[in-house]
Amino acid sequence: MDTNEKYALADDVIEHALKNGAEQVSVSVYDNRSTEIEIRDQKIDSLKESNQASLSISIYVDKKFSSHSTNRMNREELHSFVEEAIESTRFLAADEYRSLPDPELYYKEGGPSLNVFDGSIDSLDAATKIGLARKVMEEAYGKDERILSVSSYYYDSIYGDIMVTSNGFRGSSSKTAIQLVAEVSVKSNTGRPNAYWYETQVFFDKLKKEGIGSKALERALRKSDPIKINSGLYEVIVENRVAVNLLSPVYDSLTGSSLYQKQSFLTGMQGKPVASEILTVFDDPHIPSAPGSRLFDNEGLKSVKRPIIEKGVLKDYYIDTYYGKKLGMKPTSGSSSNLVFETGSRKPEEMIASMKKGVLITGFIGGNCNGSTGDFSYGIEGFYIENGNIVHPVNEMNISGNMTSFWFNLKEMGSDIREDDSIRIPSMRFEGVQLSGI
Amino acid sequence: MQLKRREFIKISGITAAGSLIIPPFLNSCKTVRLSADAESYLNHFEVTTGTLQKVISAAMEKGADYADLFFEHSLNHSCALEDNQVNSAYSNISSGVGIRVLKGDQTGYAYSEDLSEEAMLKAARTASNIADSPGKVSVADVTEYARPNYYAINGSWESTSIKDKIPFMKRMNDNIFAADNRVTRVNVYLNDKTSYILFYNSDGLLAWDYRPIILIAAVCIMEDKGNIENFYVTRSSRMGPDFLTNELVDELSAEVVERTSKLFSAVKPDAGEMEVVMGAGQSGILLHEAMGHAFEADFNRKNLSVFCDKMGQKIAEDFVTIVDDGTIPGNRGSLNFDDEGSPTEKTILVSNGKLTSYLHDRISSAFYKVPSTGNGRRQSFRHIPMPRMRSTYMENGPHKKDEIIASVKKGIYVDYFSNGEVNIGQGDFTFFVKFGYLIENGKLTRPIKDINVIGNGPQALADIVMVADDKIIDNGGGMCGKNGQSVPVSMGMPTVKIRKLTVG
Repeated sequence: MDTNEKYALADDVIEHALKNGAEQVSVSVYDNRSTEIEIRDQKIDSLKESNQASLSISIYVDKKFSSHSTNRMNREELHSFVEEAIESTRFLAADEYRSLPDPELYYKEGGPSLNVFDGSIDSLDAATKIGLARKVMEEAYGKDERILSVSSYYYDSIYGDIMVTSNGFRGSSSKTAIQLVAEVSVKSNTGRPNAYWYETQVFFDKLKKEGIGSKALERALRKSDPIKINSGLYEVIVENRVAVNLLSPVYDSLTGSSLYQKQSFLTGMQGKPVASEILTVFDDPHIPSAPGSRLFDNEGLKSVKRPIIEKGVLKDYYIDTYYGKKLGMKPTSGSSSNLVFETGSRKPEEMIASMKKGVLITGFIGGNCNGSTGDFSYGIEGFYIENGNIVHPVNEMNISGNMTSFWFNLKEMGSDIREDDSIRIPSMRFEGVQLSGI
Repeated sequence: MQLKRREFIKISGITAAGSLIIPPFLNSCKTVRLSADAESYLNHFEVTTGTLQKVISAAMEKGADYADLFFEHSLNHSCALEDNQVNSAYSNISSGVGIRVLKGDQTGYAYSEDLSEEAMLKAARTASNIADSPGKVSVADVTEYARPNYYAINGSWESTSIKDKIPFMKRMNDNIFAADNRVTRVNVYLNDKTSYILFYNSDGLLAWDYRPIILIAAVCIMEDKGNIENFYVTRSSRMGPDFLTNELVDELSAEVVERTSKLFSAVKPDAGEMEVVMGAGQSGILLHEAMGHAFEADFNRKNLSVFCDKMGQKIAEDFVTIVDDGTIPGNRGSLNFDDEGSPTEKTILVSNGKLTSYLHDRISSAFYKVPSTGNGRRQSFRHIPMPRMRSTYMENGPHKKDEIIASVKKGIYVDYFSNGEVNIGQGDFTFFVKFGYLIENGKLTRPIKDINVIGNGPQALADIVMVADDKIIDNGGGMCGKNGQSVPVSMGMPTVKIRKLTVG
């Protein structure tokens, strides 16, 4: 479907819903095409082509709310679908807080050019895609006698959507993504450590196509024969690529639903310090060519750049229309776009070089955080460091603490953000962190 | 003869008004004798056996070894209670066909949401490209799968109105608020899904299935002297509307209130290695994470699993027997056939301490030259099947629960979990404990909460030193994720003791 066809479908569905008793309606239509290729040890393991489309409708009737989606796009069927959806909504309890957003907050027009679509991906042929994945595999395959298996993956996606609401929003967006991944498994005395590396981009031309397989191999080999160390308080460096694991409980606690459900350890903290003053994070929706960039969010709210945490002080939450009304707060947006961290001056290698005794965390496994209290505990793997040198890999250990105090132990931000990710987080160094092992 | 229209011809299934859209009736192929049920499934998807054969032929035209078609039509409803009222509802309809082509262990896959012959042929030709040596395709005769019935139901979720679900959700809410005056928030969720499945492969096997699944969940928040605690419970089954009873709601309400209230006195155990007693039921998460994934044959076939050179070896004490079962009546993990047309079964993975079987799908069973164990599963018609667990549990052992707890000087007893994960190659696994107790000098003492437990799979299996005789299959709403695909699973366990895991 092209954008006009999607708009025509949405307009028809909205008209039908209003005619059948809905007071307010929001409709989105999206489609997505993607290719996934896996090569394993020189052979194509799988080739997959996807092509999907779906229509979603949110209905407000008699102060009652429901939301529905279907991939069956036949008009007649959609009409019947909408009629049943409206009828079923009437059985629900009224909820005075349910309504479409205030039209004043909608994105209208005149936003910056985001440049997040690469039309050339559509014209790549299968042989090119397979060739890219094969090159990634070949960087590692046969390069070390300890290798057990090398897999590489190619993935692309071409996405387009539109949204129309009955109170005046009309907008469309389209996005592409392309990704190459390598995964290497090697033999060691105590197991079969494996590691991966990936590169991702909006644009085919800008995608780094080299160094993926070799990096995965190097990372798998260095994980061989880990040793568990004593429980205690350690200085740790969390690698940029996995640091998002520590960020996600913070993000969860910033949402309106968590605040309202009393599952947020950040309740009432706006304007107060929640982290060490070296932590500054902006939500920035307008970075050209960044994967999280957008002009409006999934409710149609205009996206603006805003600080979330500035010099350790909590500045803003993620509030959607519904929970904004329930909490008496101004809606900002219920979801993040690009999260940009202020960086420091040193690379992680430099931080390691000056570390007397500590642990470099390169992976998380399992664990969770209690949103209400902030208590957390996650499994980790990484490397034990002494006098600036990596001594041996570590595994089978946990990192634990409480999110309300943990972020004050943050001592240094690295300089190494990954610019192709929507979360631009560098490696971070913490002191006095509880690790449990032996 | 025109077939009697069956209730599942309902396409929309939001189930309020009962208005239907009726697909045009199509004659199905008359050359083979199929059951009325099979005929109605063909009608449901508006295909004939002739169409299926044509699409399979297109899928095989580049010289494949095998191809299959997985038709799915799923209707999903959920509703949510917040602030004492059921005030939001969601539904989803999804239908299409997944077309898979195998050449040796190589897979070509495409799907179509459009079930017209033209669209299906196009997808089949896309998937066919995994093979590259065109040959003559012979068309197999159609044989119908003899379907067992592991989830016979009375009534259907598609014909159950939301108004019949609301009273149970409100009862849960009212129970929880009435039980303890510290309760400040309650959320109740009800989610049902009904899937119509039609499967056909290049061997001519035709199978159909009707798969219901229901989940109820309650979240309880309590506040006491400025402290906030939360807990949740879930229950799930492949049952029909008779799943919802006042007894079930009352039992779950009592459970969530009791556990939440105890959290206020919970402590964190000292960090480090210690003895861990895993209570009967949900503790099956240990089997799922520490061994189950590493027993999946794709990881072994590809040399990735820590267990790939251990088949036939002794890996646990004599009293340890672990199974993965797809045949438990009404169980969340049960299937009448797996998602590639193989019968499900009760598969013994570890028999009296010895590794006896991996979890196989079609590709791995050909690789290992053993029959499929019926573990080939997929999230939906949009996904490639692979070996997955169903209901994974340990059989009873010779010990008693009291005897096990009494044997621990300093350790923890755990029986509620939120999540877990495993690293297949190194064997490290974790599970996150939502609730348990300290064990001090052979007795359960203070409650504990929110701790991650980490261990190594083969070591933990060898370290199971006691197994009680009180096995429980937990009917919580477990979802298992692998390679980006989620499938419902369940797990079970008697009380067991593990010599040493890292707690912290």
